[in-house]
Amino acid sequence: MYSYNDFDEAFVRERVAQFTGQVERRIDGSLTEEEFRPLRLMNGLYLQLHAYMLRVAIPYGTLNPDQMDQLAMLAEKYDKGYGHFTTRQNIQYNWPKLPDVPAMLEALADVGMHAIQTSGNTIRNVTADHFAGAAADEEFDPRPVAELIRQWSTDHPEFQFLPRKFKVAVTGAPNDRAVVRAHDIGLVLKEQNGVKGAEVIVGGGLGRTPMVGKTLNDFVPFADLLPYIEATVSVWNLLGRRDNKYKARIKITVHEHGIEDIRARVDARFAQIKPTFGGIDMEMLAQIEQHFMPPLFIDKPVDAYERAYENDPVFRAWADTNLAAHKNDAYAIVTISLKKPGATPGDASADQMRSMAQLARDYAHDELRISHEQNVILPHVHKSNLPALHAILKSNDLATANAGLVSDIIACPGMDYCALATARSIPVAQGIASRFDELKLEHEIGQLKIKISGCINACGHHHVGHIGILGLDRAGVENYQITLGGDGTETTVIGDRTGPGFAYDEIIPAIERLIYAYLEVRLDSDETFLETYRRLGMGPFKTALYPPKEDKANAA
Amino acid sequence: MARPFTPKIVTANALLEGDVIYLSAQNTWVRDLSDAALFDQQDEAEARLAFAAKDGMIVGAYLVDAVQGENGPEPVHFREDFRRTGPSNHNHGKQAEL
Repeated sequence: MYSYNDFDEAFVRERVAQFTGQVERRIDGSLTEEEFRPLRLMNGLYLQLHAYMLRVAIPYGTLNPDQMDQLAMLAEKYDKGYGHFTTRQNIQYNWPKLPDVPAMLEALADVGMHAIQTSGNTIRNVTADHFAGAAADEEFDPRPVAELIRQWSTDHPEFQFLPRKFKVAVTGAPNDRAVVRAHDIGLVLKEQNGVKGAEVIVGGGLGRTPMVGKTLNDFVPFADLLPYIEATVSVWNLLGRRDNKYKARIKITVHEHGIEDIRARVDARFAQIKPTFGGIDMEMLAQIEQHFMPPLFIDKPVDAYERAYENDPVFRAWADTNLAAHKNDAYAIVTISLKKPGATPGDASADQMRSMAQLARDYAHDELRISHEQNVILPHVHKSNLPALHAILKSNDLATANAGLVSDIIACPGMDYCALATARSIPVAQGIASRFDELKLEHEIGQLKIKISGCINACGHHHVGHIGILGLDRAGVENYQITLGGDGTETTVIGDRTGPGFAYDEIIPAIERLIYAYLEVRLDSDETFLETYRRLGMGPFKTALYPPKEDKANAA
Repeated sequence: MARPFTPKIVTANALLEGDVIYLSAQNTWVRDLSDAALFDQQDEAEARLAFAAKDGMIVGAYLVDAVQGENGPEPVHFREDFRRTGPSNHNHGKQAEL
């Protein structure tokens, strides 16, 4: 894992000192709110509905146990005993008080963390495949490139006042778990003729105008990658629309100018700036790669795992859903679900954070990940340790066996916290998960991704949910639109809207009807919801959602 | 034709705590909506907002529709109902404090 060098350390400490002074000056009245607001946003501090919110970056979702313990400490000391993990691999604290925030940032700096560029029109926290460095299907670990981009983009003088925010995601595997095609820039790392490089995808994004990213360059070797990314951001920085914030993102620039035009401009800019890099980027990358060496894998039998799998049905159910294939056969990738039915997706208590940190120390080579699906991952667990690990998860209310199933729902904070939200999303997620838990249908239904956003900005990724739910304010009442067939993987598709929305008290029954319709029309239990939708289209689902009037009368 | 004026309250967030506050009839900030002043004249509402917005210890003052209820002003829109209560997933915020 990356650990700060002297430069990183000094930079982060200096920013904490600056912000400490800014908070003091705001409180004593020397700074107005108008002057202070951009300064606090640069440091990840928002003012939400009920309180301030501090958004802390977890670069490419990677944490060590000491960092996780520190996040727990912050939750306990400065918040209400919990933190909220987000779809951008950040953690949000919902209740800090302004005078405490400098101390929170200082405590983060103590463990090599910060909240810089988690807001504002800058390059945001770089995200990556949460199975990075572990997944069986991975070509190579995306985190060194992600860390290089973090260092390059942090306080980059040219990119502090971009037309709008800019999000970069990186994967090193053909199965995309990082939603790279819904980012401003998505990178798929790969090797060509023995040379490492990346496919550069540009102009993806969800929000008001959802778009699937387009390939800007099929293969950029690592030696050119950072200048190529800089050229891309630089072209957009000049070309991107500043007259209308809804048209400012690079997806609109690409859409309006066409990918060929953007490519030509990027190539021209690249030719200009490439010589100025002088190879320093590759030296930095080589240094960073040293931090991401694979752990020293243990070589021992896996009998304990096999025995538990045969004899303990609870363990087996959990293993079947929450383990993923590791590149080392004797290992597994563990998904710790933060989606117990009825709980808030992505919330973890301070005690849970500490227990996960300890599990990482005891059983997972000191590594944890936060997934964009709002779960915690232990990327390297020897299979012989899984029964013991599962027992500890159970005793901490963390052993929910639902990864990838109907109750493993992504939900943004919605109008329970967010000042931008137009409706609530958390209680909808809680309601759906609890309902299917009662019905005991979850395993029967199989793989299904439900994603909920409480406004058009789509932090809950609803467009790429197999079932997407968007909460809106319709004439002063919460109303929920449904989209179907979205897909956030390497075959990214934006979901289709079903029709009119549903009221707050209608949305959970509507989802239930949809899923019963799927169970009825699927070919067999191997055909997933998404496959059934792709085969049959909207028809049967629309009928289930909007039954003809006479049926309604009969039902009543 | 101009719409008839709906009564308004002045609301904001406190600078230090960040929590929801309302302007009272005494021009002080109160934390309970039922203690807020309800203005039924547009000029007065705007004048009180302009006065309140100068306070350096508050953030983001604005006018919002409200109606007179049995125990003081009541919100019209669900957003303001959540602001005066707190989140629905945890017993935190005003619902736990007031």
